[in-house]
Amino acid sequence: MGKDKIRINEEFYDIMPPEYRELVESGTYGKEGRGWKDMGSSKELIEEHSLCAGCPESMAFRYILASLPAPEDTVMVGSTGCTSLVFPHVAVHNIHSLFGNQNAIATGLKRALMVRFPNKVKDVVVLAGDGATVDIGLDMTLQSWFRGEKFTTICFDNELYANTGGQESGLMQKGFVAKMAPVGKKFDKVRLPEIARESGCQYVVNMTASQPGKVEKVIRNAVYIARELGPTYVQIYTPCILEIGKQSMEGLQEMRDSEKPTERFAYKEYITDEAKAYLADLDAKRKAKATAQLAAK
Amino acid sequence: MESTSVIGTANKKGQIFTEPRKLFFEAPRVPVFLTGSEVIKEAIRRASVDVMVAYPITPQSEAAALCGELFAEGYVGDYMRGESEFAVMSQCAGAAFGGARVFTTTAGPGTLRAFENFPMWAGARLPIQVIVTCRGINSPLSIQPDTLEISFLLDTGMMVWHAETAQDFFDWILMGYIVSEQPDVHLPLAVCCDGFFVTHTKDTINLTPADMTLPPYDPYRSPVPCMDMECPPVRMMRDPFVMKSNYISYATHASWQQEVRAACERSRKHTIPLLGGLIETENVDAEILIVASGTAVSQGREAIRLLNAEGLKVGLVKVKSLRPFPTEEIRQATKNAKWIIVPEFNVVGWLAREVRAIIDRNDRVIVGPHVAGGMTMPPEVIVEKIHQVIKAGKGELVHG
Repeated sequence: MGKDKIRINEEFYDIMPPEYRELVESGTYGKEGRGWKDMGSSKELIEEHSLCAGCPESMAFRYILASLPAPEDTVMVGSTGCTSLVFPHVAVHNIHSLFGNQNAIATGLKRALMVRFPNKVKDVVVLAGDGATVDIGLDMTLQSWFRGEKFTTICFDNELYANTGGQESGLMQKGFVAKMAPVGKKFDKVRLPEIARESGCQYVVNMTASQPGKVEKVIRNAVYIARELGPTYVQIYTPCILEIGKQSMEGLQEMRDSEKPTERFAYKEYITDEAKAYLADLDAKRKAKATAQLAAK
Repeated sequence: MESTSVIGTANKKGQIFTEPRKLFFEAPRVPVFLTGSEVIKEAIRRASVDVMVAYPITPQSEAAALCGELFAEGYVGDYMRGESEFAVMSQCAGAAFGGARVFTTTAGPGTLRAFENFPMWAGARLPIQVIVTCRGINSPLSIQPDTLEISFLLDTGMMVWHAETAQDFFDWILMGYIVSEQPDVHLPLAVCCDGFFVTHTKDTINLTPADMTLPPYDPYRSPVPCMDMECPPVRMMRDPFVMKSNYISYATHASWQQEVRAACERSRKHTIPLLGGLIETENVDAEILIVASGTAVSQGREAIRLLNAEGLKVGLVKVKSLRPFPTEEIRQATKNAKWIIVPEFNVVGWLAREVRAIIDRNDRVIVGPHVAGGMTMPPEVIVEKIHQVIKAGKGELVHG
């Protein structure tokens, strides 16, 4: 799809919702090199949202949507949880079906799009919480990686079930006292990034959403690699400020504190040699193109 | 993407996309002797399926594997083995959301493992077709035929048909897609059969030519947008209904559930001309009627033959569609009956319950005979039941 498909008939221009008009006028479908810096100067793909004030998930959501390399040909898959409150406001097609089945949905979706559009790239990106990714949906998360399905899985890790009110999850830290963990969680935070690496992911990153530039780079890499080579996994700390007793303005600091070198969200990246070579090749092509354009001028 | 525009052209296997009614009713038929599983494969060969997802569970494993051969030969767009029926039905949903014509098969415990997906399919208006080759769902473990799982499917919002024979299967799989994919229907369809009795026995089936196939699914003839980013992605709603405790939210959910059921009812006008009605009847002026679905119909026919030899006239109602339920048709067909016998291959008698719920003087409904857990139902058991009924109501029944 390109921007031409969302054009408005002049006769109806005045009755179209303002957010749609803005999408047509200053949206970034098809814009080469789109990224987080477009925020503020163009229409974002996320329109309002019903998350809590200051929720780091809302920041991560905006950065990710700003970083998708080709939103005009991207379909996202969500799951039940706080993210499912945001998706209805997002200007890329997205699917919510059940809780935990997001990687199975994405598997069928990606395959259908490959059958229907053999000569066109259609990216599929899963975005779900840690309960959906690691607990109820773990089987389908892993199986999609074992099979080498060509889509990106993003996990918003807030280390608990936020939307249902702060219950223990597999990605919660050991010892944390929460609902359903009344004497503290008994076992370690599940090490999904390592499991992802061993399960066939081409590119795995563990990070926070504190730096939009970093999120942009990772998401772009993850989508490009998934497009050509195989599954990619990005786990992003998006703390639930409500459930860990923080104020609205404290989310960013919480992320910064948790990404210090000795902390559990210190930036960690795994990339296969194949994926590394592929990214280098993409980069070289991009540079050659830029040089050629410059020379043409 | 107009599906009619491809009529008369060939797909990559050289099959000609054929107008459905022509394929069903005018194309020459050739009799072949096949198992039910092989018949499923032959139907799928002619169904222009984009994506099939398979998983092993007896007694559908053979059919699911045979469809894999079709993929290897290039008749099916993509094919994979899922990791569980819950995942399989979600993979089917993903493919259907992405605009594919989707096929899968399941059975017994697999149907129940998959269950959360079925109302989701209906609510999301995904015209997926699933073959349910019924088997026991009880504990201790059983792999034998038993139709109890059908009763669970009845309130999912899906269309549910119950095939008696492999010929039904062949025709209904193909016709099913045409009904399912109508814009005013656009619902999933479960085509059920009694496992083993239909899947593992051989029968003579009249097949349409292998070089003719259904026109492809057109995902843009749908009441909901196809998730392929080929149409403008508008914000779907200002406030997600899931979190709202207000009248608008409740009304939205309530009206959508009603719409799904209404769409199922609207399927009648497409189904009736293709299947020749939601029911099939024989001698419904008789005082005793057998009302049945699936292979219980075949056993009913045999019982009627035995009873006829005794000089007793017994009529038959074959229920083909369970959702939508042929309420008016059954009321009409049973209006003269004094006794309505409902033989079933399950322990609860769900068809009898359905019939009882919609006719007047429902004490006429005799629940049973029942067999379950894989038992066969010899026609003599039905005959005996009818003898008991006659004995109990002695003098009121007319022989002839």
